[in-house]
Amino acid sequence: MRTQKKYVNPDEKQIKKRISKNKAARIVFFIATFFGLAVLAVLIIRIVTQGAGYLNLDLLTNFASRNPENSGIKAALLGTLWVMSVTIPVALILGIGTAIYLEEYAPNNKFTQFIELNISNLAGVPSIVFGLLGLTLFVRYLGMGRSVLAGGLTMALMILPVIVVSSKEAIRSIPQDQYEAGYAMGATKWQIIRTVVLPAATPGILTGAILSLSRAIGETAPLLMIGAMTFIAYVPESIFSSFTVLPIQIFSWASRPQAEFQAVAAAGSVVLLIILIAMNSIAIGIRNKFSKRN
Amino acid sequence: MQPSMKEMIKKKKESRSLYSRIEKIMPTLFLLIASLSILVTIGIIVTLLTETILFFGDVSFIEFITGTEWYPFFKNDPSFGIWPLISGTFLIAFIAMAVAIPIGLSAAIYLSEYASEKSKKIIQPILEVLAGIPTIVYGLFALTFVTPLLQSFIGGLPIFNALSPGIVVGIMIIPQITSLSQDAMSAVPQAMRDGAFALGATKLEVAIKVVVPAAFSGIISSLVLAMSRAIGETMIVATAAGSTPNMSFNPTESIQTMTSYIVQVSMGDATYGSTIYYSIYAVGMTLFIFTFGMNILADYVSRRYREVY
Repeated sequence: MRTQKKYVNPDEKQIKKRISKNKAARIVFFIATFFGLAVLAVLIIRIVTQGAGYLNLDLLTNFASRNPENSGIKAALLGTLWVMSVTIPVALILGIGTAIYLEEYAPNNKFTQFIELNISNLAGVPSIVFGLLGLTLFVRYLGMGRSVLAGGLTMALMILPVIVVSSKEAIRSIPQDQYEAGYAMGATKWQIIRTVVLPAATPGILTGAILSLSRAIGETAPLLMIGAMTFIAYVPESIFSSFTVLPIQIFSWASRPQAEFQAVAAAGSVVLLIILIAMNSIAIGIRNKFSKRN
Repeated sequence: MQPSMKEMIKKKKESRSLYSRIEKIMPTLFLLIASLSILVTIGIIVTLLTETILFFGDVSFIEFITGTEWYPFFKNDPSFGIWPLISGTFLIAFIAMAVAIPIGLSAAIYLSEYASEKSKKIIQPILEVLAGIPTIVYGLFALTFVTPLLQSFIGGLPIFNALSPGIVVGIMIIPQITSLSQDAMSAVPQAMRDGAFALGATKLEVAIKVVVPAAFSGIISSLVLAMSRAIGETMIVATAAGSTPNMSFNPTESIQTMTSYIVQVSMGDATYGSTIYYSIYAVGMTLFIFTFGMNILADYVSRRYREVY
């Protein structure tokens, strides 16, 4: 007994060391996780305080101006709406259509695999390369000019892969017995897709669509490439008008040396962030509401 | 009055033939729509290629891929060597990865191994928000907050430098690394962890010696994808890195990346058909090749080295 009291088990020392290592690591890992949250907080506080002086109603109702006091984002907000009015229908029709083909009709052959591979590759193409594509194909070759139409189509192509992937997942999640029930009722394939598959897949498709649209609204580079204006004091009148959008307006202000314009840029960023957070919350809301039912 | 049986049969036949016609049309229609996605890829490659070929009518291909000077705006003797733009791009990507790998992976380990369900539910949506912030807002943040902050530590740091946008690009890609790596780690079966715990391992030992090696291919492919995004990132570098094509690897100097060169030219309205106009396609093609190669690599790694349980 006596010897046991004096004797310190070397393993015990080691175990203590290992446990304290684990505790330390836990703290380090937590701090790393917390870092992202801290940056987000700093970023939001910084942008809001920087832009505070210009965060008023005039910001929404004024056009861009050479004077920071009078500068606003009216043209940019309406330009964003115009571009999205082209992007949304084009991206949805192409994206959901491709997803329906791949999930419901496509035979398992080389061609189908090629389409699948293509879509996953498109998702990894940098946005500015889509801008080059839009500039060449729509602005130059098809003669659309630096218009809302060219911008909207470019954006639609950029978000296409995301919409295809999320729509495919939504369609795939529909249980097989719903198809079988439809066939048992004597329905044809297209009738089942139209009346069973699409309604059931709508929440999933909608979630993906809203998330990718909010990405398109925040994206700057492709529209900069196709030549969206940085200084516009009018509202687009048709899809053939020239235009600007919020991120480009912010970029143009941020690149000016005067601190006042950078403050206006911050105020514009606050508006942009509010729009995007609202859209994301809607998407997450839809996802949560419908994921509970299944 | 009830329609006669004959009429009813006729009607039924008509509607049947209509259905069968729709049934035949629909697959073709959707095939056409799906083919458009292929046309887009082909469109990207064809447009980039044709305009790039026009560029190499003016500038020698050898000069482009070996040259170390990029002075496209010199009137008399412009030089088009791509290396300063490539080095600038990789300098930014390198700084970004140095920030994002330790933080992103630590956060992934924390969320997958340590965090309770409750704290996951709070932390994950916030990381999603971080991923959804437009890059132009990050650019403004880099220019007006991070750069002045760095300037107070590093004397003589110019307003436009590689360090500040590099750090911010790193912050931007953290959520991507975290969520993809966490997916890979969560896919490791619980039985493997339990086995290690039964042998007396601590959580840290389980995480480092069991979970990370088991999820290695997923982690590597998440890093490659993040790197590819850092290379293609545009607005943060266009706002905060300046536009000095520079072969230097000194992060405190102003540099230019491939993407910010393309932005610079498109902002300055290069004359259509000029050598400078075509140069953005050559640069775009180089960028496309780099990112495309990395995406293929990420895909290959995650397929080839995937552990099957």
